[in-house]
Amino acid sequence: MTSATAEPEVSPVDYAKAPINASLTKADKIEFLRQLYVIRNFERVALKNYNEGKMGGFLHLYIGQESVAVGTCSLMGENDHVITAYRDHGHALAVGMGMNECMAELFGKATGCSKGKGGSMHFFAPDKNYWGGHGIVAGQTPLGLGLAFATKYKGLQGSCLAFLGDGAVNQGVYYECLNLASLWNLPIVYIIENNRYSMGTSLERSSAFKNCLAGRADGFGIVWDIANGEDIYEVRAKTWTAMQRAHNESRPTVLEIDTYRHYGHSVADAKHKGGYRTAEEIEKYKIQHDPVLVWRRRMIEEGVVTAEEADAIDKQTRAEATASVKFAEESPDPTVESIQEDVYFEVDRQTEAGRTGRHFFND
Amino acid sequence: MALIEYRDALNQAFAEEIERDPNVYLIGEEVAEYDGAYKVTRGLWQKYGDKRVMDAPISEAGFIGMAVGSSMLGLRPVIELMFWSFCTVAYDQIINNAGCVRYMSGGLINCPIVIRGPANGGTNVGATHSHTPENWLANIPGLKVVSAATAYDAKGLMKAAIRDNDPVMFMENTLLYGEKGEVPEEEYVIPLGKADIKRAGTDITFIGHGRAALTALEAANRLAEECGIQAEVIDLRSIRPLDENAIISSVSKTHRVVLVDENKPFCGVSAQIATLIQEKIFDELDAPIRRVCTLDAPAIYSPAVEKLQLPTVERVIEKALGIL
Repeated sequence: MTSATAEPEVSPVDYAKAPINASLTKADKIEFLRQLYVIRNFERVALKNYNEGKMGGFLHLYIGQESVAVGTCSLMGENDHVITAYRDHGHALAVGMGMNECMAELFGKATGCSKGKGGSMHFFAPDKNYWGGHGIVAGQTPLGLGLAFATKYKGLQGSCLAFLGDGAVNQGVYYECLNLASLWNLPIVYIIENNRYSMGTSLERSSAFKNCLAGRADGFGIVWDIANGEDIYEVRAKTWTAMQRAHNESRPTVLEIDTYRHYGHSVADAKHKGGYRTAEEIEKYKIQHDPVLVWRRRMIEEGVVTAEEADAIDKQTRAEATASVKFAEESPDPTVESIQEDVYFEVDRQTEAGRTGRHFFND
Repeated sequence: MALIEYRDALNQAFAEEIERDPNVYLIGEEVAEYDGAYKVTRGLWQKYGDKRVMDAPISEAGFIGMAVGSSMLGLRPVIELMFWSFCTVAYDQIINNAGCVRYMSGGLINCPIVIRGPANGGTNVGATHSHTPENWLANIPGLKVVSAATAYDAKGLMKAAIRDNDPVMFMENTLLYGEKGEVPEEEYVIPLGKADIKRAGTDITFIGHGRAALTALEAANRLAEECGIQAEVIDLRSIRPLDENAIISSVSKTHRVVLVDENKPFCGVSAQIATLIQEKIFDELDAPIRRVCTLDAPAIYSPAVEKLQLPTVERVIEKALGIL
């Protein structure tokens, strides 16, 4: 692809042959398929339950973009970190968070990954190098820089994959980050998941650009690239190049990955179909560019799985998602007392600092 | 004890904590090669180098957010705002990220940072450079807010702030940086949440924080000399956590209180203190609670008048005499 506004095309390069992909085992490839179905089925089931009124807040679905999270997160090593914005279920599941803790968080239960304190937009798993899940558009971009900075400060060879949407690139703080990342040689990869719409505003109506969004990095002396997000091989190959730059040269990269969301900005977005985009456009992406179907077809073509085996993975993950709803429904709500827990470390641990002075001011 | 400037007391705290903990680093505009806009970090870059003392470009949202992110991985940044007034351009990073990340992650992530710098009016730099945001920040559960009035307090509180595992917003004062005070040679730490009785008294209590505590102290000394009235002066030092017991025990003794506060009156720190007093010890009061705050307008530039916009000794005395 050469233009953010152009239609996705078949990649002229076969990225399956890139070294990072050529080394994949059959099991690795099946695992990617499983992860695609995990995210797809988790969200389908979440949507059904959201529509039944079983959860609050917003639900920003990642359906249609799964290959981006699965491809990028599959490259993470011990010192590689991930941070993203509010459309965070896919990345959470791709780094290995369980459906139960994620579904329970959507239901606002005490067993949720954030104990019911974060909700859909705020999943976290620092033990898996997954740092959220952030609700303010582009607000996470300097946090990602900090993860990269701390990795370098500690003398570790690692990186941060910091995700943002195409709508986030017009926030000022992102440019502060690009400046600092280049100025201080920080090992970060900013990944713009360009799904073409910032809520109900198309790329063309929100952003002034020449060819693509990533190209803005030129002004900071940062290497950038664009990738076709429906192809896991391409996503992995280009992300790995960026991560190598971070690992070996401690230099940042901006990588724009073209993708598409099948659903609205959130479930509450009634105008996504036939409003700011046509039903035909959505259908075309669903039929021709669905990343789950694209990878499934490729795996069948490669002889990695049979259609029956792929169906079994689909069915199995759907059952897991359904089971996670049962887990969530049977889980307890957080207690009222827990509202004032996890505010201050020192208070929670009842350290001397936490026991000194009044921290909370209830009536 | 050595008699040193407030700025140097802070400088000692940074040096000691940098040496104590390899995760501590200083970052901010002009803090390294320039020695700090107010010379608070003088000499530290030369001594500890680029890694521990970092100059940042004028990019508060970027470097504060970055520092917050680094703290999630265990670093302990001490971030200078050249003026606390500039926090407005980094508010999302301070409120939503530093203030909320522990909560929204269900306690999985900590944010052991200090953000520090001067937060005061009175220097004729206009409204945008003269904010006193301690009340804005103390309104956010998850943040801690500290305000130091003396060299001794500045050093001890700063060391506690750096060692604290929660985000601490540390308010300094450009009018106090050059003020000298006694600081012990040996190491000491002042816990957050402990007020200090700057002057003992029996007739009335004055409560303030930062420079307002010193204004109250001067007023108390004048009242003693001129009227024989013994005012007790409580310096809060820490706003959140708050030393409620110090307030209650002093007001229970004197039964009268004037709150001195460089915040604007509406939802200023003193408004919270007034609420606390009437909730907890209403029956101990022999007179209405009085406040002396900054006059309720943006900070005026005019050098002749700005000093009158802030709490003055005369206004404190007048309010005190009105309830004695």
